[in-house]
Amino acid sequence: MKGILTIIGKDRVGIIAHVSTLLASYNANILDINQTVMRDYFTMIMLVDLDGITTDFTTLQQKLDKKAKEINMEIKIQREDIFDKMYEV
Amino acid sequence: MIKSKNILETVKMVDELKFDIRTITMGISLLDCADSNGEKSRIKIYDKIARLSENFVKTVEATEKEFGIPIINKRISVTPISIIAGASNDTDYIKYAEILDKAADVAGVNFLGGFSALVHKGFTKGDEILIRSIPQALAVTNKVCASVNVATTKAGINMDAVRLMGEVIKEAAYLTRDKDSIGCAKLVVFANAVEDNPFMAGAFHGTGESETCLSVGVSGPGVVKNALEQVRGQDFTTVCETIKKTAFKITRAGEVVAKEVSRRLDIPFGIMDLSLAPTPEVGDSIARILEEIGLEACGAHGTTAALALLNDAVKKGGIMASSNVGGLSGAFIPVSEDEGMIEAVNRGSLNIEKLEAMTCVCSVGLDMIAIPGDTKSSTISAIIADECAIGVINQKSTAVRLIPVYGKTLGDTAEFGGLLGRAPIMKVSSFSSDDFIARGGRIPAPIHSFKN
Repeated sequence: MKGILTIIGKDRVGIIAHVSTLLASYNANILDINQTVMRDYFTMIMLVDLDGITTDFTTLQQKLDKKAKEINMEIKIQREDIFDKMYEV
Repeated sequence: MIKSKNILETVKMVDELKFDIRTITMGISLLDCADSNGEKSRIKIYDKIARLSENFVKTVEATEKEFGIPIINKRISVTPISIIAGASNDTDYIKYAEILDKAADVAGVNFLGGFSALVHKGFTKGDEILIRSIPQALAVTNKVCASVNVATTKAGINMDAVRLMGEVIKEAAYLTRDKDSIGCAKLVVFANAVEDNPFMAGAFHGTGESETCLSVGVSGPGVVKNALEQVRGQDFTTVCETIKKTAFKITRAGEVVAKEVSRRLDIPFGIMDLSLAPTPEVGDSIARILEEIGLEACGAHGTTAALALLNDAVKKGGIMASSNVGGLSGAFIPVSEDEGMIEAVNRGSLNIEKLEAMTCVCSVGLDMIAIPGDTKSSTISAIIADECAIGVINQKSTAVRLIPVYGKTLGDTAEFGGLLGRAPIMKVSSFSSDDFIARGGRIPAPIHSFKN
């Protein structure tokens, strides 16, 4: 299963480091990253392979929620297939 | 490849525009729970619901987290209880309602529908007992919803049932008078009721359905309104196209999530109901969509046309997105559950006559409308008859959910709380329909129903 991780918030140092370290600690492999910064507003989208993770989806989500609060950003992780289905005929 | 635009749009739909899956409803057949001994029947009913729904709520919650799309309500619908309880020798079915309420509590769902009877052509013994039990059943339970189908295009309108339902609604209002007659908010009178409707209060699991199934109602008035804000001033072709595309996306999202829940529970996926359903929250209103199409206030001339195009475009987009469309599928226009409708009534732009016209072009009828508590039962029956005529002649479902709020009158507001919202009391005609309702009998099926 692949997941889409979205991080939205005010730009600051080390956002990617925080999130990628956390993902690595659960063996979640980052496949692609796309980020933009517009007027101090940071938006990043990551495609993550969740097949080899050493925990379950819910726990990973909880850890990301905790991290989001810590670095004062909004972080969401969702299954990738929802986006494919919604936008492809 | 990451398609940022699509991903961020979806995130915005959920975070800002209140996109959600309004309900996942598990239909459960209780046909094998009938017994001549009422007590035994109720034990079977409780055991079956408890067994089948054991993992329902937690599975739905786990799935919603993975997809990041909120699923607001988890509900159960069952076989019309008049059919099951009719096998027993009981003389009222209130204990059946109580056991359903208990089963709903244990399952963790917020409503259970199916305290129902289908009497469009006539009453069985069980139908009549059930209907007479409705007021008390709704007063002593919290989660049980009742519905009665009194008309179909094929059978015509059972005017004896229409008369009886006027009296039942009045009694339900009286028995729940301490809570603004909330019992009536859990009671729908239908014409052309569908067997696979996932929405309350009218959900029941029809006898043509499988043993169990999951039916899903998506929502997203806020998403549609936002999309229309981007095409302000453009022509109607653009408006319809925009609604279609939006309906496609929200239907697809609903279907993906529902199919995953179905797979995990090993319960067949039934249908997607393409209804746009509002909530009392700001930004989740059908009335505001109609206003966005170009009306100063919902109820202004043009409202019926705007609702017709909205209803049609939602279906076209949704049908392209899913091969399993069913239920009511259309826009809902409940007054108390829609912030924009409430304001329209308070501004004086929307009245019951205009709402009646609107019900000709959308999927339900006069829904969640509070009327003066001293409205006569014959007037309520006559309103039901009018809505049935619209449904029967136009070969569509219509429904009536009126709340004659005990002790309240014009200028007052009824407060129901939660998704049921609040409703300003609306004016009904003061002229009598007594003699019309006193006739009884059946209004025959219309000529165009004879298609064979």
